[in-house]
Amino acid sequence: MKLYPTIGLEIHAELMTESKVFCTCSAKFGGEPNSRCCPVCSGLPGTLPVLNSKAVEYIIKAGYIMNCDISRFTKWDRKNYFYPDLPKAYQISQMPRPVCLGGYVDINTDGETKRMRINRIHLEEDAGKLVHENRISLADYNRCGIPLIEIVTEPDFHSAADVTAFFEKIRLMLQYAGVCDGRLEQGSMRCDVNISLAPEGSDTLGTRTEVKNLNSLRAIQRAVEYEIYRQTELIENGERVIQETLHFNDATGETSSLRSKEDAHDYRYFPDPDIPPIIFTEEELAAIKADIPEMPQQRYERYTGEYGISDADASVLINTKSVSDFFEAAVKAYNNPKPIATFITVELMRRINLGEVDADNIPFSPEDFARLVELAETGKISKDNRKTILREMITAGESPEAIAEREQLWIKEDSELTEKTVDEILAANPKAVEQYRSGETKVFGFLMGQCNRALKGSASPAAIKQVLEKKLNNI
Amino acid sequence: MDINKVSLSGLRKALDEKEISAVELAKEYLSKIKTVDPEIEGYITVTEEQALESAKRAQELIDGGDSKPLTGIPLAIKDNICTDGIRTTCASKMLENFVPPYNATVIEKLNEQGYVLLGKSSMDEFAMGGSTQTAAFSKTKNPYDTNRVPGGSSGGSAAIVSAGTAPAALGSDTGGSIRQPSSFCGVTGLKPTYGRVSRYGLIAFASSLDQIGPIANSAEDCGILLNAVAGADEHDATSARVPVGDFNARIGQSIEGMRIALPQEFFGESTDDEVKQAVTDAAKEYEKLGATLVDCHMSSLKYAVAAYYLISGAEAASNLSRFDGIKYGLRGEGRSFDEMIRDSRSRGFGAEVKRRILLGNYALSSGYYDAYYRKALALKQQIIKEYNEIYEKADVILTPTAPTVAYRIGEQETDPVKMYLADICTVTVNIASLPAISLPCGYNSDGMPIGMSLVGKRFDEATLIQTADAYQRNFAAVPNKYRA
Repeated sequence: MKLYPTIGLEIHAELMTESKVFCTCSAKFGGEPNSRCCPVCSGLPGTLPVLNSKAVEYIIKAGYIMNCDISRFTKWDRKNYFYPDLPKAYQISQMPRPVCLGGYVDINTDGETKRMRINRIHLEEDAGKLVHENRISLADYNRCGIPLIEIVTEPDFHSAADVTAFFEKIRLMLQYAGVCDGRLEQGSMRCDVNISLAPEGSDTLGTRTEVKNLNSLRAIQRAVEYEIYRQTELIENGERVIQETLHFNDATGETSSLRSKEDAHDYRYFPDPDIPPIIFTEEELAAIKADIPEMPQQRYERYTGEYGISDADASVLINTKSVSDFFEAAVKAYNNPKPIATFITVELMRRINLGEVDADNIPFSPEDFARLVELAETGKISKDNRKTILREMITAGESPEAIAEREQLWIKEDSELTEKTVDEILAANPKAVEQYRSGETKVFGFLMGQCNRALKGSASPAAIKQVLEKKLNNI
Repeated sequence: MDINKVSLSGLRKALDEKEISAVELAKEYLSKIKTVDPEIEGYITVTEEQALESAKRAQELIDGGDSKPLTGIPLAIKDNICTDGIRTTCASKMLENFVPPYNATVIEKLNEQGYVLLGKSSMDEFAMGGSTQTAAFSKTKNPYDTNRVPGGSSGGSAAIVSAGTAPAALGSDTGGSIRQPSSFCGVTGLKPTYGRVSRYGLIAFASSLDQIGPIANSAEDCGILLNAVAGADEHDATSARVPVGDFNARIGQSIEGMRIALPQEFFGESTDDEVKQAVTDAAKEYEKLGATLVDCHMSSLKYAVAAYYLISGAEAASNLSRFDGIKYGLRGEGRSFDEMIRDSRSRGFGAEVKRRILLGNYALSSGYYDAYYRKALALKQQIIKEYNEIYEKADVILTPTAPTVAYRIGEQETDPVKMYLADICTVTVNIASLPAISLPCGYNSDGMPIGMSLVGKRFDEATLIQTADAYQRNFAAVPNKYRA
């Protein structure tokens, strides 16, 4: 009996609004504990929530990029439960009337394109955070009221690869839409995974478990794989899978029970009387839709089509939004996408991957970077020196021109110096000259290299080549 | 100057004409509070120091010729309205030591006028009750007979105005909590249209029904207070973006031709004969003033109390969940969060509050939601529809405010269902988001005040004040011994 996993996801993504969803506190990550909260988000008696219209705009954008229907009528509900990180003891969420319904996102795994359906996306508020010290628990409400969207998928996933590909794809899409910063290390996106196993071909699903709060791609992958393994073992040993909520332990790579179905909360949802429902007009929705920036897939198509960039380079560029944005700005400054793309994917990405440069905080402007590429393309500096200058730009923070000047890296079309240097190299390598003249022309490269090194980039390769050819052939 | 006999406009005149200073006026009230309040227990907190300070500042405004209608006017504020730096208890052990770090919007508005806060008035715990006897402290007495309840939940505010320990007060009304105690204490109380006054800073009982409103000696005084506190508020998304204007603008205009509806169901068996008689007599008075009486029905009235207790209970259960002992309020003990929360709530809440929380949570539980909460919402729509039908042929509706006069302390509290049913005359107004004013229309054989209610169309408080004032001009009020 071969067992087949069926997986559905609930993904929470924090919206990158300036202020919280129901008050005007800053929605920035971190801060001194309880420095970013007010009577409203810390749930003081008598306070009332007022909906942040930016958050509504953002969830509508999220809905559009995931091909959802946007409800023309939407309202908020209270999800009631006691927990010390939830100051009102209810979370304002959406139950029967979420902002977005239906939808899908296509992913590529196992060499095929798969359509993953979205059930709904709703807007809610985040809870605070508990810090446990010794035998004391402290509550930090800074995160309380940060707007969250919850993306609920259909059970269309069948492997860890499906899940991670989907998660990564929507992370990128939300980033491009300017809806979520996608910083997993700051908890900006969290994933709950529902998994069940059933014999292949069976038309009923097995008992499912839910692994809560996975916040990295690696954790998602390991948790899914572990849960598939654990449930397979149980079933194959004739045991029962218990419907329960699980916690994934990063250190052990195993899941453990948080609560069983019997302990499940009755959240007693009901319409929140403090927040009037919203009715969207077609004009409002059209304006929000028109404001959605270019998505990664569109950029990819533009890069490979209009710009003629290779598929591999285009993928590298779009997979980090900040890098793609940097590329866009550089192209705007110097309209020559191909060498800019190459220099980014080869050199800048190397520096990023080595940890020398933070992709979200590139220490020089795209305009400076564009001029550096342009200097090399127009023969003002050599290709080698382009790399040298880039490294200097990372550490020194000067313009490419200033570095070229200081380090004397300009190509000087000084034919006297070139001729003199070529003469010296030829004189120092009589054997090579002899070989060349007897027909072994491949030593030309060796002689070119010698000249190049001696001239330290102060002459362009074309100029050196011209002089060298002249001297070798005409003497 | 006799503070027992003045109106808010009279006080205004006396202050502006320097007949009395704001500080002297505050002292008069504070001294009366000292002698009278120990018997009435209308106040939970008397803010003597702040009162004198703000009176001093008010006097500067008056001296500078900068006085507004409420500058230097002393008021009592119901203890579920948050006052920055001043204990706000909801008459509950849970919040006995809770000091809000912010002002309710109504308090901000009153401060802008330079009012003088005398103190925080008692109430049923978390505004749940009709007797002010569910208060954990300051169980207020009725000034007409201290063996009787003042009504509730704004019993403190009503008794204070009735006894003259403040010239006016703010209360809140979720199912009759301004009107019923006003009726029991022989004063005038206005429950504004839902959304007319910001709820920001009003500690919520049932958010879709709660409204803050004035309790005073006359409809005109209610209008002066409402003028000060009404209006849209960016902190309350349910506050209405409707123009405010002057609620007293139509005072003195003839009510000739006004159509007043009397729904028969409000005059049924459960209403005392003396109450029915007084309200019917008042209707005849209106006829004499040129109004036309319209006979009508409200057939869903018999379901109204059930719908009200389901909706308000559900919202209350959720609203009161935040009192868990973690952030503020009474902190219980226990070895886990759950134990601590349980202990805090067990000790912090009184029996009536617990009853409503249980009722509300039951109504919202999975499997029961459709049978209770959803049905209650359907009834709400039906009640709104029936009101709309009545307003097609009438301008205002006249009903008794309560089926009885104030009852004796200890008489009804043992039977919650009986107590709940006594709300029959007032709850539909909240369910339908309408404005209503209660005013005295007579006294029963024991000398206890009887109140009647005028119910208006949404945002038509001006007509209510005009109509109530027209009656009040010819009504001979009988003051209690504290006002004699």
